[in-house]
Amino acid sequence: MYHVNKQGYYGEFGGAYIPEMLYPNVEKLRQEYLKIMGEESFIKQFNQLLKDYVGRPSPLYFAKGLSKKHGTKVYLKREDLNHTGAHKINNTIGQILLAKRLGKTRIIAETGAGQHGVATATVCALADIQCVVYMGEIDIQRQAPNVARMKMLGAEVRPALSGSRTLKDATNEAIRDWINNPVDTHYIIGSAIGPHPYPDMVTRFQSVISEEIKWQLQEKEGRDYPDYVVACIGGGSNAAGTYYHFLDNEKVNIIAVEAAGKGIQSGESAATSQLGKEGIIHGCKTLLMQTQDGQITEPYSISAGLDYPGVGPMHAHLYRSKRGTFYSATDEQAMKAGLELCKTEGIIPAIESSHALAIFEHTTFKEDDIVVISLSGRGDKDLDTYIRYFDL
Amino acid sequence: MNRINRKLEASNKLLSIYFTAGYPDLENTVPIIEQLEKSGVDMLEIGLPFSDPLADGPTIQASSTKALKNGMSSEKLFEQLKNIRKTVEIPLIIMGYFNPILQYGVEKFCQKCQEIGIDGLIIPDLPVDVYHQEYQEVFEKYNLINIFLITPQTSKERIELIDSVSKGFIYMVSSASVTGAKNTFGDAQTDYFKKVEAMNLKAPQIVGFGISNKETFESATEYTKGAIIGSAFIKVVTEKGISGIDPFVKSILS
Ligand SMILES: Cc1ncc(COP(=O)(O)O)c(C=O)c1O
Repeated sequence: MYHVNKQGYYGEFGGAYIPEMLYPNVEKLRQEYLKIMGEESFIKQFNQLLKDYVGRPSPLYFAKGLSKKHGTKVYLKREDLNHTGAHKINNTIGQILLAKRLGKTRIIAETGAGQHGVATATVCALADIQCVVYMGEIDIQRQAPNVARMKMLGAEVRPALSGSRTLKDATNEAIRDWINNPVDTHYIIGSAIGPHPYPDMVTRFQSVISEEIKWQLQEKEGRDYPDYVVACIGGGSNAAGTYYHFLDNEKVNIIAVEAAGKGIQSGESAATSQLGKEGIIHGCKTLLMQTQDGQITEPYSISAGLDYPGVGPMHAHLYRSKRGTFYSATDEQAMKAGLELCKTEGIIPAIESSHALAIFEHTTFKEDDIVVISLSGRGDKDLDTYIRYFDL
Repeated sequence: MNRINRKLEASNKLLSIYFTAGYPDLENTVPIIEQLEKSGVDMLEIGLPFSDPLADGPTIQASSTKALKNGMSSEKLFEQLKNIRKTVEIPLIIMGYFNPILQYGVEKFCQKCQEIGIDGLIIPDLPVDVYHQEYQEVFEKYNLINIFLITPQTSKERIELIDSVSKGFIYMVSSASVTGAKNTFGDAQTDYFKKVEAMNLKAPQIVGFGISNKETFESATEYTKGAIIGSAFIKVVTEKGISGIDPFVKSILS
């Protein structure tokens, strides 16, 4: 009910609203992705790389300090400990293996903060395949260390100069590149967005997160599901992976935290489910922030990874069907929650993940509730922002 | 009979021009249309600007951004075109991305188009399958022809499917690329034009993307019903304004 259907929809959301120029590539992917992902050699190679290269399984850490403070049982799913520092690499490992099997010799990707760009550049170096990453000109200025990382890894970083010169424009440029290079190129989308089959494919690669949570909880708590799963949502890939194996288990409450930026009503926000309306963005029918005339608007969040005007179609459906409960955290609430994690647990989180941690500002849990929070990434990339924000 | 069909029956080597509504100035839309007809253009694609035009190259992107800044919108365009059929007879097609149309309301949009005398729509990100299942009835209710694209990568089967749904012409994208002007066509393009010609499709083909001058217009129309000029025309109005239109059209048609 909450998974994608044969036509590529989650309820009324999803589909593939793409120009004809992209049809052959997207259609080929649609026909092949499940077949390839089901091949024994693929599964073996994927799992091996997740283990030896990414460092999986990522720990499920019982956060004693946080638990005590908030009077409940808090577990953190430590995606921050993955190679390259976030969950993004689960997807890029999967997609690079798939691209190779499709006979592609060139990879393109979009990136906002640079996390997905770095994760893509990394797997391209690993697979010895050419890599071009599109990044908004403004983001290139904001995220210099990640630009340097991508370059060191051998990727070419191309500035997106159109529109507002941020993530949505980088995505447009990547799509245009794919239109111009339909034969040799595979586009590695970085979140659970885009035309079908991308949202489902990315979700499946990220679903290793909830697969591990299940057996890890079984070991620690004697049952293989929590009462709550909590994740931040930009496009929704870490959230989709965290929810995946619990979608049909109604005992598990699904909680999403979006970025409210300077406040939902401030005009500077990225809380898509609340501010968005149904429409089409990057080939997908979903909720997105737009003007009355249907022009896509610019989101804002202190965290570059949540700065996307749309949301993956699975999440639009979870929102509409009320299977998921959606909250949003302001910049201030997220930064405070991030700092709290540093002080109580000795972990510096990515600002994206801090939004999930800000859940305690919005709701309370019972003492014996098991609350699993996706700690999607680490804070190294955000040090500049932390320094400026807290005047360190 | 729809004006597009009449035009397709009546003539060959059709010259069609794409321009962005509300560009360079908001109120240029109608004067540009009138001038293009006067200069001898056969058909027009009126671009409804979108914030995120995925299939367009830098020239049309920039014109869209400017047009939106000028205040162009669906509502505004309909208002500007209210009396267009009092002065203009050639087929008029609106070309726009799907999201603004969806927000306006697909049926309301179609109804408005019919009221004004718009003959067809080109919506690059509305795939033929979705159109066929969800929107064909509405389009036909308002006597609007929806135009589909094919590219050199489109399979024979899919071209046949598109042909079967097409009521006007097929928009043949000249090469694997976003919109943008090219100066010449290579053998690959000519082979593709010939290959499609040999399929003897029901719907005539008009070539677009990369047509910029007499040479590319001539080589495209050797095997097809006509050609569409977009980016190269936008450059002309950007540099020379409305007074640049007549000499440009004459240079193609002479
Ligand atoms: C650490 C981290 N978490 C979350 C996100 C948001 O992406 P998604 O919603 O796809 O998980 C990003 C994106 O850059 C990220 O770097």
